[in-house]
Amino acid sequence: MSADVQLDNVWVKFGDFVAVRDASLTIQGGEFFSFLGPSGCGKTTLLRAISGFQHPSTGRILIGGKDMSGIGPNRRPTALIFQNLALFPLMTVWQNISFALEVKGMNKKARRKKADELLELVALPGQGDKMVTELSGGQKQRVAVARALCAEPEVLLLDEPLSALDLKLRQHMRTELRAIQQRAGITFIYITHDQGEALTMSDRVAVMRQGVVDQIGDGTTVYDHPETAFVASFVGENNSFSGTVIEITDGLACVQTECGLLRSRTSSAAPLKKGDDAVVFVRPESIHFCGDDTRRDENGLVATLAHQEFEGHFWHLALKTESGHDIRMSVMNDGRSEVHEIGASVPVGFSTQGAIALAPGELAAD
Amino acid sequence: MRNWLRTFLARNGIGLSVYMLGAVALWVIVMIILPQLFMLDFSFRNNWQQIDPSRMGGPDDVYTMVNYHFLAFGSPNNPDPFNVVDVTVFFRTIVAAIFVTLFDLALCYPIAYYLAQVARGGKARLLVLALIIPFWVNELLRAFAFRILFGEEGTINAILMGIGVLSDPIDFVREDVALYAGLGYAYILLMIFPIYNVIESLDKNQIEAARDLGSSWWRIHRRVVIPFAKPGITSGCTMVFMLSAGALAAPQILGGPSSLWFTQIIYQWFNTGSNWPRGSAYAIVLMLTCVLLVLILMKLFKVKIGEIGR
Ligand SMILES: Nc1ncnc2c1ncn2[C@@H]1O[C@H](COP(=O)(O)OP(=O)(O)OP(=O)(O)O)[C@@H](O)[C@H]1O
Ligand SMILES: [Mg+2]
Repeated sequence: MSADVQLDNVWVKFGDFVAVRDASLTIQGGEFFSFLGPSGCGKTTLLRAISGFQHPSTGRILIGGKDMSGIGPNRRPTALIFQNLALFPLMTVWQNISFALEVKGMNKKARRKKADELLELVALPGQGDKMVTELSGGQKQRVAVARALCAEPEVLLLDEPLSALDLKLRQHMRTELRAIQQRAGITFIYITHDQGEALTMSDRVAVMRQGVVDQIGDGTTVYDHPETAFVASFVGENNSFSGTVIEITDGLACVQTECGLLRSRTSSAAPLKKGDDAVVFVRPESIHFCGDDTRRDENGLVATLAHQEFEGHFWHLALKTESGHDIRMSVMNDGRSEVHEIGASVPVGFSTQGAIALAPGELAAD
Repeated sequence: MRNWLRTFLARNGIGLSVYMLGAVALWVIVMIILPQLFMLDFSFRNNWQQIDPSRMGGPDDVYTMVNYHFLAFGSPNNPDPFNVVDVTVFFRTIVAAIFVTLFDLALCYPIAYYLAQVARGGKARLLVLALIIPFWVNELLRAFAFRILFGEEGTINAILMGIGVLSDPIDFVREDVALYAGLGYAYILLMIFPIYNVIESLDKNQIEAARDLGSSWWRIHRRVVIPFAKPGITSGCTMVFMLSAGALAAPQILGGPSSLWFTQIIYQWFNTGSNWPRGSAYAIVLMLTCVLLVLILMKLFKVKIGEIGR
C-alpha cells in the first residue's frame, strides 16, 4: 500500500524564524521523491512536519487524502528513518526490527518470523540475534530500513540516512534503497543535501532554499531546465555571467555581459523581458574548445588557461577571461581533445542551447 | 595490574605516583577499612568494659557470638521464642526503607525525565534551583518543620479541617506519615540526579523513533527509557535505601512514639546502654542485610556494579 502526500501552504515557524515557507506540493503514491537542499534549509523540519513531530504553523498536510492535523506520529501511516538512525541499543537486531509489531501486541514467534523475512529483504539474513552495536555502519542502515518497513507504513520518510557512510557503501546503498522501494512499492520521501544521491535515486526532486521549495521536477528537468538561479547553481556545477537582457526572440535571449554578448535559452517558467537583469548559466561540460570555425549559434570567448586537473575520464580546467571572469570547463578525456599549456590563450565556446538565462537571485555557496 | 602500575608510574613520575597511591591507600585504610574492622572485632566481644573492667584482656576476653545471639533471642530470661522487639523493629525498618525508596522512585523518575528530556533552558534551571535550595535548610530544622506541618495541630490538619474534609485531626506523626514524608523528602536529590544523568544522555531520537513506530507513552518508558536508565535507577535506589535504613535524626524527630527505627536501638546500645559490642553487632547486621539486599536487587535487574558508577 502506498499513499500520496499533499502539502497545502505549509508554514513552519520557530518564533520569528521561518523554517518552511509556504510549501505546496503533491507527492504521488509509490513515488521516490527527494528533497534536495543545502544544510539548514528546512528539510528535516519539513519531514518532521510530515511525520507528525512538528506542527505546521499554518497549512495542512494530507496523507492518502486524509487531513493529518491533530493526528500524532504514532497514528500516522508514516515511518521515519532518522538522520542518526536511532536504533535501540539495548535490543537485539530482531527486536529492533519487530518493535512496531510488539507495539501492536503480536506474539513473539510471529514477530520473530516477520523480522527474519525483513532481514532477508535487506540482505542481512541470519543476523537477528546480534546486538545493534555489533553491526557495521551499512548494516545498521539496513536494520533501520527494515525496522521502518516492519511498521508497514504507506509512506517511508528518510532523513539523510546515507550521510554517515563512506562513498563506496553509499553508492551501494543507493541502489539497494531504490530496489527496496520498488519491491515494497511504497512512497519514499528522501532527504539529502547530496545532489548525486537525489538525481540517481528519485523519480522527482524538490530543490529547497532557506525554507522555500524552488523547483520540483525529475532529475533531468532540474538539471537541464533550472527555473531559478539557485537551482542552476546548486544542482551540478555552473558558470554564471551577469548582465542585462538586450533582446528576446522565440525564447532565446541576448544578454550583454562583461564577457560580451551571450546568447542563450530562457526558462518558460521564469520568462525574462528586454531590459531585465539576468544571469547566463553555462555548465562546465557544455563549454568546449573552438577554433576559427565558431558557428553562428555559438558564443565565443577567449580566455587564458589558469589551472588544470586530471580526473581520469575528465579534464577539469580553470580559465580566466580578459575581463577577469573565472570559467570552469570540463573536457572529456577521449583522446581527441587538445592539450594546452598553462597560461596559453585559448578560444572556447558554447552553444545557445547549452546556456540558460535566468533572473538574478541567491546563488548556492560553493 | 602490573601493566597498569607501570603505565601509571611512567605517566606521573615516581614522586607523584607514590604520593597519589599513598593518599588513596591512606584514605581507603584509615577511613573505610579500619573503622569497620574495629566494629567487626567489637561485635564479637563481651562488654567487659562495663561489666568488669578487670576481666578485659584476661582469659575470659575471647570472641563470642553473644551479641548476635541477643539480637535474635534476647536475654536468657526472655519468655518469647525470639527477641520480639528488636527483630520486629529490624524488619519494619527494612520494609519501611524499601517503601521510602519505592516512593522516592515513583516521585523522582518523572521529575528526572522531565528535567532531562522535556524542560529547556530557563525552566529546567528554575526547577533544579527549586529542588536544591530547600536543602540549604539543615536536616534538623527541616525535620522539626515537618513536625509542625504534620503535627496534630499542624498546618495540614488545620487546612483539612478548615475546608471541612476532616472533623477530627489525624495524628500524622503517630501514624508515621510524617516519618515517611520526611525520609522520602530528605533523599529525593540522591534519587533524581543519578536518573537525570542517565536519561540526559539518551538520544531524543530514540524516544521519537519508538513513538513513530506506534508506541504509547507507557511503552516508550517501559521499553526504551527505563532500560536505558536502569544504572541510574539502581544507583539512586541503592543510595536512598541505604541512607533511609541508616537514618537516625528523622526517625528520632518524626517517628511516632511507638515506632522505633532500628538505628535508634543501635544508638541506644552505644549511648545510654554503654554497650559498644552489642551496638556494633546490631550495626553490622543492618549493614550486611542492606548490602545483601542491594546485591540481590542488582542481580535481579542485571545491573553490573561498574555501571552504577557512571
Ligand atoms: N526546534 C527548533 N527551534 C528553533 N529553530 C529550529 C528548530 N529546528 C530547526 N530549526 C532551524 O530551522 C532551520 C532548518 O533546520 P533543519 O533541521 O530543517 O535543516 P536541514 O535542512 O535538515 O539541515 P541539515 O541538512 O543540516 O540537516 C535551521 O536554521 C534550524 O536552526
Ligand atoms: Mg536535517
